[in-house]
Amino acid sequence: MKILVTVKRVVDYNVKIRVKADGSGVELANVKMSMNPFDEISVEEALRLKEAGKADEVVVVSVGPAKAEETLRTALAMGADRAILVETEDQVEPLAVAKIVKGVAEVEQPGLIIVGKQAIDDDSNQTGQMLSALLGWAQGTFASKVEIGDGKAPESTARVTREVDGGLQTIDIKLPAVVTTDLRLNEPRYASLPNIMKAKKKPLDKKSPADFGVDTTARLKVLKTEEPEGRKAGIKVKSVAELVEKLKVEAGVL
Amino acid sequence: MAILLLADHDGSHLSDQTAKTLTAATKIGGDVHVLVAGAGAKAAADQAAKLSGVAKVLVAEDTSLANNLAEPLAALIVSLAGSYDTILAAATSVGKNVLPRVAALLDVVQVSEITEVVSSDTFKRPIYAGNAIQTVQTSEAKKVITVRTASFASASEGGSASVETIAAVANPGLSTFVADALSSSDRPELTSAKIIISGGRALGSAEKFKEVILPVADKLGAAVGASRAAVDAGYAPNDWQVGQTGKVVAPDLYIACGISGAIQHLAGMKDSKVIVAINKDEEAPIFQVADYGLVADLFEALPEMERAS
Repeated sequence: MKILVTVKRVVDYNVKIRVKADGSGVELANVKMSMNPFDEISVEEALRLKEAGKADEVVVVSVGPAKAEETLRTALAMGADRAILVETEDQVEPLAVAKIVKGVAEVEQPGLIIVGKQAIDDDSNQTGQMLSALLGWAQGTFASKVEIGDGKAPESTARVTREVDGGLQTIDIKLPAVVTTDLRLNEPRYASLPNIMKAKKKPLDKKSPADFGVDTTARLKVLKTEEPEGRKAGIKVKSVAELVEKLKVEAGVL
Repeated sequence: MAILLLADHDGSHLSDQTAKTLTAATKIGGDVHVLVAGAGAKAAADQAAKLSGVAKVLVAEDTSLANNLAEPLAALIVSLAGSYDTILAAATSVGKNVLPRVAALLDVVQVSEITEVVSSDTFKRPIYAGNAIQTVQTSEAKKVITVRTASFASASEGGSASVETIAAVANPGLSTFVADALSSSDRPELTSAKIIISGGRALGSAEKFKEVILPVADKLGAAVGASRAAVDAGYAPNDWQVGQTGKVVAPDLYIACGISGAIQHLAGMKDSKVIVAINKDEEAPIFQVADYGLVADLFEALPEMERAS
């Protein structure tokens, strides 16, 4: 079975972002960029399935600017076999990303596609579900555990434990399927230096959205981007007694 | 045209999330029809009919709808979509799972987790863990929207909408339910609690978390939350996580204990009415958003708080 994994280049999770003064968006110039953390988990999960003999090839795909090649190289250094960059300078909305990845899946015929549950830039949490819908496949979202039975894809199923509001839900999904990853699925590995060197030689195909007949023009109009209303620091209390008193009398919440 | 609102319920009870989403629906404007889908959904449907502002309740009962599996639920919503120009759900784990599937099947983009209705086609939503707020306008034929319920008050009761039974559609048969492992607790639910007490990594262990946080929670009648660090360390279950990738809450009182205040945690609780921070480290960023800060050892402060409150 082949596993397709999507990765997105986003502002590094440690960066405190700044909103542009003119309200046109978030400052991205000279900001450290990294692989979306959920996508690192996706790559790791695919590699573990391959190492367990459940998959024979891991292909990573990114829809993004030329520099997303760095993100794909990171995934290759972690151990993915080859990469596909669908290059565009547009800010591509989840629906268009799903359409492009559907096109990739039609060529690659994977038994499983692993997608991060959300990207930490636009926090949309849509792409995996949309991709699954467009392909007419099952979806196992917010996965904290993925088990593949006998490995005889595509007849077999995957058992996915999902993080839901009240706890955990376990479902069986028919393969091929789309799984989206949650934080506690695994702890991604670091790429070793020799593997980083090796990754430079691994195959990376470049495509464009037009190759898949997808128009990436934004359909949502972003009117403005602004700073959230700040919260001011309040007061420091000296003791628990004072705290309880303030909460009862001043704030009236106890 | 009307609005279709997917109800959030557990079969017998309609969750408060539905009443909050209804407030957003009312602001968008139009007749609101609430869809209650499940294996047994009649009780929840009757509760939905009592919400003020609901024009009609649609009940679809079928075993395929029992566990909120995305594929049959999305197929049901899509089958109804022709009569609606807006489809709404609370951004719960059910809404987040099913609505993007609906949007893709309808070939429209989704607006995720709106926090404000500016006008019937313009909404505010947080990006970058709430560090920026986008105002977006949609011109899609159908608006598919999830609602961050912490930003909306619950609609009141007082309605008496009609309840209409509708047929489920054929189950695509792509997935099957195996088991739920839901935490059972007598404490209030995180997303609807008036008071939340949350613990961070400073608790040090699952045992200490229970020993120190839970008695105060029980005394205050509070729900229990946790930072991602505490959940990742195994001190608390994942469904207690408050933050960008966990639950977003806005209680009257949020008490953060031993939580440093990482951006991603603040994203989940900074809309709380009153924030209290108890932390040994007086430089902890959590104090920058706290109304009341107490620099103290939480292992001493919390038992004292239990006694004092």
